[in-house]
Amino acid sequence: MEGELAHIGAGLAAIGSGAAAIGVGHVAGNFLAGALRNPSAAAGQTATLFIGIAFAEALGIFSFLVALLLMFAV
Amino acid sequence: MPSRSQSIAELAYGFIYKMVEDICGKEGLRYFPYIMTLFMFIVCANFLGLIPTSFTPTSHFAVTVVLALAVFITVTVLGFVKNGAGFLSLFWVSSAPLALRPVLAIIEIISYFVRPVSHSIRLAGNVMAGHAVIKVFAGFAAIAAVSPVAVLGITAMYGLEVLVSFIQAYVFTILTCVYLKDALHPHH
Repeated sequence: MEGELAHIGAGLAAIGSGAAAIGVGHVAGNFLAGALRNPSAAAGQTATLFIGIAFAEALGIFSFLVALLLMFAV
Repeated sequence: MPSRSQSIAELAYGFIYKMVEDICGKEGLRYFPYIMTLFMFIVCANFLGLIPTSFTPTSHFAVTVVLALAVFITVTVLGFVKNGAGFLSLFWVSSAPLALRPVLAIIEIISYFVRPVSHSIRLAGNVMAGHAVIKVFAGFAAIAAVSPVAVLGITAMYGLEVLVSFIQAYVFTILTCVYLKDALHPHH
C-alpha cells in the first residue's frame, strides 16, 4: 500500500515542475516586455535575468527531486 | 593572428572576467582564478556528458555538493576575514523598520544556509533531469508505432541539453559571484 501512495505523491510533486515552468515564463516574459521598451538597457540586465530564472527554476528542481526520492528512495 | 583554440580561450577568459568585474567590482578580480576554474570545470563536465555513453560527473550530487560547499565555506570565511563581525550586518537589514528587523534576520539566516543546498541541487538536478527525459524518450523508441516521434524527441531534448549545459554552468558561476559580492560588501 505504501508503495502506491508514494507513487501518487511523486505525481503530486511533479505538479511543482509545471509551476516552476510558469515562474520561469513570467521572468523571461517580463524581461522581454521590458527589453522591448528600452532595448539599450536590456544588455546590462541579462545577468539579472539568468539569476531570476535560476531562482525560479530551483524550486521546480526541488519538486522534481522530491518526486525522484518518492519513486526510488522511499 | 590567434589560432582557433586561442580564440576560444580568450573568449572564455573575457566572458568570465567581465562577469566577475560587473558583479563583484574591482576587488573581486582577486578571486577571478577560482571562479574561472569553477566555470571551466563545470562547463567541460557538462559537455562531456553530452557524448553518448559517456559519464557526467555534474549529474551526481556528490560532485556538486562538494563544489557548492567549497564556495559556501570560502565565501563565509572570506566575509569574516574581510569585515570581521561586520559581516553579520548581512543579516541585519538596516533599510527595514526596526520592529521588522529580527524577523527579517531569521529569514535572511535561513536563506543564507539554504544557499549551498539550492546551489548544488540546481546544477545536479538540471543535468540529471535532462538525461532522465532523454532516457524516457529512449524507452518509447522500443515501441515501433511511436519510434519516429521518440527519435525526434531525443534530438530536440539533446539540442536543449546543449543549451542547458552551458546555462547551468553560467548560473552556477554567476551565483558564486553574487555570494562573493555579499562577502565583500555585506552592507545592503
